[in-house]
Amino acid sequence: MSEMKTAAYICSGCGIGDKIDVKSLEKIATREGKMALVKSHEFLCGEAGVGMIRNDIDNEGVTHVMIAGCSRRAKTEAFHFPTTAMARANLREGVLWVVAEGDEHDEVRQEMADDYVRMGCAELKKMQVPAGNPATAQNKRILVVGGGFSGMTAALAAAEAGYEAVIVEKTGELGGWAGKSWKRVPGAAPYADPQDTGIADLIARVKSSPKITVHLSSTLAETRGAPGRFAADVATESGSVTTEEVGAIIQANGFTPYDIAKLPELGGGTNPNVVDHAGLEALAIAAKGDTIKRADGKEVKSVVFLQCAGQRDDSGKHLPYCSGHCCATSIKQAMYFKDANPNVDTVVMYQDLRVPGMGEDFYRSAQQKGVVFTKGKAAAVEPAGDGCRVAFRDLILDEDTALEADLVVLATGQVANSGVNIELPDDDPAKAQKTSVLNLAYRQGKDLPILKHGFNDSHFICFPYETRRTGIYAVGPVRRPMDAQQAEEDAVGAALKAIQAVENASLGRAAHPRSGDLSFPKVRLEGCTQCKRCTVECPFGAIDEDEKRFPLFNESRCRRCGTCMGACPVRVISFENYNVDTVGSQIKCLDMPDEFSEKPRILILACENDAYPALDMAGLQRHVYSAFVRAIPVRCLGSTNLVWITDALNSGWDGIIMMGCKKGDDYQCHFVKGSEMAHYRLSKVDDTLKQLGLEPERVVTHEIAITDNVRCAQIINDYVAQIMEIGLSPMKGFG
Amino acid sequence: MTTANQPAAYRNDFLKEVEANVEEGHMVKMCMQCGVCAGSCPLGSHWEHSPQKIFMMIRAGKREEVLTSDAMWMCTSCYNCIARCPRKLPITHIMHGLANYAHRLGLAPKGQPTRDFAVMFWNNLTKTGRVNELKLTLGHYFKDGIGAGIKKGLEMKGVGLGLLKAKRLNPMEILGGHKLQDLAGFHAIVAKAREIEDRRRGLSS
Ligand code: SF4
Ligand code: SF4
Ligand code: SF4
Ligand code: SF4
Repeated sequence: MSEMKTAAYICSGCGIGDKIDVKSLEKIATREGKMALVKSHEFLCGEAGVGMIRNDIDNEGVTHVMIAGCSRRAKTEAFHFPTTAMARANLREGVLWVVAEGDEHDEVRQEMADDYVRMGCAELKKMQVPAGNPATAQNKRILVVGGGFSGMTAALAAAEAGYEAVIVEKTGELGGWAGKSWKRVPGAAPYADPQDTGIADLIARVKSSPKITVHLSSTLAETRGAPGRFAADVATESGSVTTEEVGAIIQANGFTPYDIAKLPELGGGTNPNVVDHAGLEALAIAAKGDTIKRADGKEVKSVVFLQCAGQRDDSGKHLPYCSGHCCATSIKQAMYFKDANPNVDTVVMYQDLRVPGMGEDFYRSAQQKGVVFTKGKAAAVEPAGDGCRVAFRDLILDEDTALEADLVVLATGQVANSGVNIELPDDDPAKAQKTSVLNLAYRQGKDLPILKHGFNDSHFICFPYETRRTGIYAVGPVRRPMDAQQAEEDAVGAALKAIQAVENASLGRAAHPRSGDLSFPKVRLEGCTQCKRCTVECPFGAIDEDEKRFPLFNESRCRRCGTCMGACPVRVISFENYNVDTVGSQIKCLDMPDEFSEKPRILILACENDAYPALDMAGLQRHVYSAFVRAIPVRCLGSTNLVWITDALNSGWDGIIMMGCKKGDDYQCHFVKGSEMAHYRLSKVDDTLKQLGLEPERVVTHEIAITDNVRCAQIINDYVAQIMEIGLSPMKGFG
Repeated sequence: MTTANQPAAYRNDFLKEVEANVEEGHMVKMCMQCGVCAGSCPLGSHWEHSPQKIFMMIRAGKREEVLTSDAMWMCTSCYNCIARCPRKLPITHIMHGLANYAHRLGLAPKGQPTRDFAVMFWNNLTKTGRVNELKLTLGHYFKDGIGAGIKKGLEMKGVGLGLLKAKRLNPMEILGGHKLQDLAGFHAIVAKAREIEDRRRGLSS
C-alpha cells in the first residue's frame, strides 16, 4: 500500500460554525492531530465539499480521511470513499445538538468538539483500508436439510433465484407433516374453509426442477467447512455416502408432535378413541372428504378437541410454551366434520383461543358452521359406553362438568427436531439420547445452539433464521413453533439469506449483519499464548484450532463483531480499521482537565448498532445531556478489551459508561452473545478498580435499546451528577 | 342422558332450538366469550347470569336454567353491550327474544317484577288501545297486596299531586278512560300479528 497521507475536513454547516470555533478545530487537527491536510467547508456534504475531498484523494494522494461534522451514521452516501480509511468526528449529533444552548456553555461545548477532533485524528492514524479476505470461497449451492413444506419451499426459492439446491430428506418421501395432512389452514381470503395443502404441487415442482437434487432416506454423516465451502457427507440408509459441496445450509427439519402417550390422563396412548392432530389427519385422508370414521370403523357423530394438551404447562411435566398453530389446526379439523355433515357435534375446548392474523376470520367461519367453542380445561378423558367421557371445568360457567363424544382429539404441541444440545456436557444422558442433525465438524459442537425449550436459536428479534453458525439457517418449526404460512415466509427469507452469504463469501466479505464488510480479524500468532479465549468466546464458532493448538480463523464464518478482539488478553487480534489501538488511541489523546477543574471526563463505549444510534437520536430530538461525556462507538460491546478500561482509568477519565444491548434469552445483541461476554468480562473490572484504589461506580454498564434516546440522555446526566458527588479521579496526570 | 327437556351437554340441540325460536337467536353461536357485555352491563351485578353466561349456557345445552333465568328480564335495553360487542351480537334483542320465548313456554320466573309489569302493561294497552296510566300505576302499586299498595301510594304522593297540578294526570281515567274508536279493528290487528308471528315460529295459535 502506498504511503499514508492524512487529511481532516471540518464542516461548519448545519449550524456547527455558529456555535463552535472551527478555526480552533483546524488548529487542533493540524498541531495535535498531525493531519497532513486540514480544510474546512461550510457545506461539506454538498457537491463542492465532497468534490474537494475527492479531488484531494485523486490528486493529492490522500489515503486517510477524517471528517468532522455530522454523525458517522449520517451522509454515508455522500462521504463514500471506499479506497480510503475514514474516521468521523461527531460534532453535530454528538455536540451541537446535545449541549445546552447559551453562552455559558460555550466553553464546554468547544472543549467537547476539540476532543472529538482529537479523537477522530487519533483513530484515523491507526486505521488501514481493509483489503478484504483473500480466502474467498466460490461454492454457491444451497443444501436444505428436510424435505417437508419448509424445506421444499426454501429449495424452490433458491432455485428460482438461480441457485442450485440439494435436499436431504430423512424419510423415503418428500412432503413432511403437510404431506400427511388432508388440508391446510387457509392462507388466502376469505379464510373461511380448509384449503388444499399444495404439497403435491410442491413435490412436482421440486422433482421437475433441473436445479434441485434430492437425496431421500438420507442424513448428514458429517458437515465441514464454512460459507462458500461446506462439504456435507450425505449417508443413505443403505450405508452409501455421497459428499455434496455446498456454499450454505438451510436446516428445515421441522418438528415432532408431542407424544400423546405422555398424557394418559387425557386418554393419550391408552384410549383408541383419543388421537392427536396427526392421527386425525390420517382419519380425514382415509375419509376423503366424507364423514370421518374412527379406527374401529364407527362413523364419528360427536367429537371434542382439547386444546393446549400437554402445552402451556407450568407444572414442569409437559411443554411450557404455546405452539401457536394448534388452535387454527383444531378449527380446521372441526370443519372436516362439519363440512362433511353439519349434524356432527363438534366442540373445541380451549383456554384461550389464539388465532392471530386472519385466523380470526377462520374462527368466525367455524362458528358460522356450528362448531361449539367452550372455554374449559379438561381434567380427564375416560372410556364411556362406545366413546369417551371428558370431565372438565367450564371456565365461563365456573363448574365441573362433563360431556361425551365418540372421538377426542388432543391438540398437542410441536417439539423441535433440533439435534443435540451442544451446551450439555458430553456425559449428560440427555445428550446421548439425541441424534445430531448436521453432524458439524466444529469444535463448538455438532448442531446449532439451542436457545430455549429445545428450539434452535435464530436471531428472533432482528434477524430471524440467522443462527450462530454463519451460513447455516434455521427455518420453520425447528427454530420456533409455527404454522405453514409462517414457515413459508421463513423458508423464502432463509433462502435469500443463504444467497447473500454465498455471494459475500465469494468476494471475501462478511455475511450479515455487517454484510459486505471487507475487514476481518487478523491474529499475530507470535504473541498468542493459546489461552483459547477467542475460540471459546466467539459467538459464531468461527474459530477452530490448528494442529499446533493455535486459533484458526474461518473468515467466512466470521461476522466481524470483534468479540475475539475484546477477549484476547494479549491483544494480538485486530481488524485493519478497528482494533485495540483505534479505540485506545482515542482514549489516550484527550486534553484531560486537572483534578480541581470540576470538569470530569466520562467515557462512553457505545454499541454502534443500538446505543450509538440512540445517542444520535437523543441529539436529533435535542435531549440535552452533559458536555463532559465523550462517546466512542464500538462494533459490539463484546469487542471491548479490558485494556481500554484500564487505559481510561489510568489516563484520568473519571468514569466509564458501557452501553450495550440486552443480553440473556431475550437478547437484542446483533452478535447474540457479545454484550453478554462484555458483562462477564466486566465483572472482573472490580479488581482493577480496587488495585487502582478507585470506587466501583467508576465503571457502569447499561442495556440500551435503539429506542432509548430519552433514557440514555437521562443515564448520562444522572451518572455525571453521581461522579461529581464521588469526586474527580485522582489518576489525572499520570497517564 | 338426553331427556325431552334437558338436551345432552354441549350438543347443538338447544342452540338449534334457540336459533329457530328466538329473535336473532342465530347469532348466539357467534359469541366469542370475551365478556365485554358482562362488563358493560350497568345491571350486571344484579343478575343471575350475564349475557356472556347465558350464551355459553345455551351452547352447553342448559335449557331449563336458561329459560327460567331472570337474566333476560333484567335487561333495560340500554344497548351498552351491543355498542361494545366485538362480534356485533345484537345482545339486547337476543335477551328480549329469550325472555319472550321463556314467557310463551311458561318457563319464565314467576313473580319476576319486570315480567309482571310487562304483562300488566300489555293487558292495559291491548284492552283499550291506549295506555291508561292511572290504572297501570295503581295496578303496579297494589300488585303485592292492599297494604303494600297504600304504602307505595303514600310514598309517591308528592309526585302524584304534582302531576295532578300540572294536569298530567286525570283522576277520571279510573272510570275506564279514553279508548280507541275502532277497538274491534285494533283487536283484530293484534290477533293477526300474533298469528303471523306464531306461524313464523312454527307454533299454532
Ligand atoms: S395455539 Fe391454541 S391450542 Fe395451541 S398451545 Fe396455543 S393456545 Fe393452546
Ligand atoms: S468473535 Fe466475532 S470477529 Fe471474532 S472470529 Fe468470531 S465472529 Fe469473527
Ligand atoms: S342492553 Fe341489556 S344486556 Fe345489554 S348492557 Fe344494557 S341492560 Fe345489559
Ligand atoms: S361482548 Fe359479544 S362476544 Fe363478547 S361475550 Fe358478550 S356477546 Fe359474546
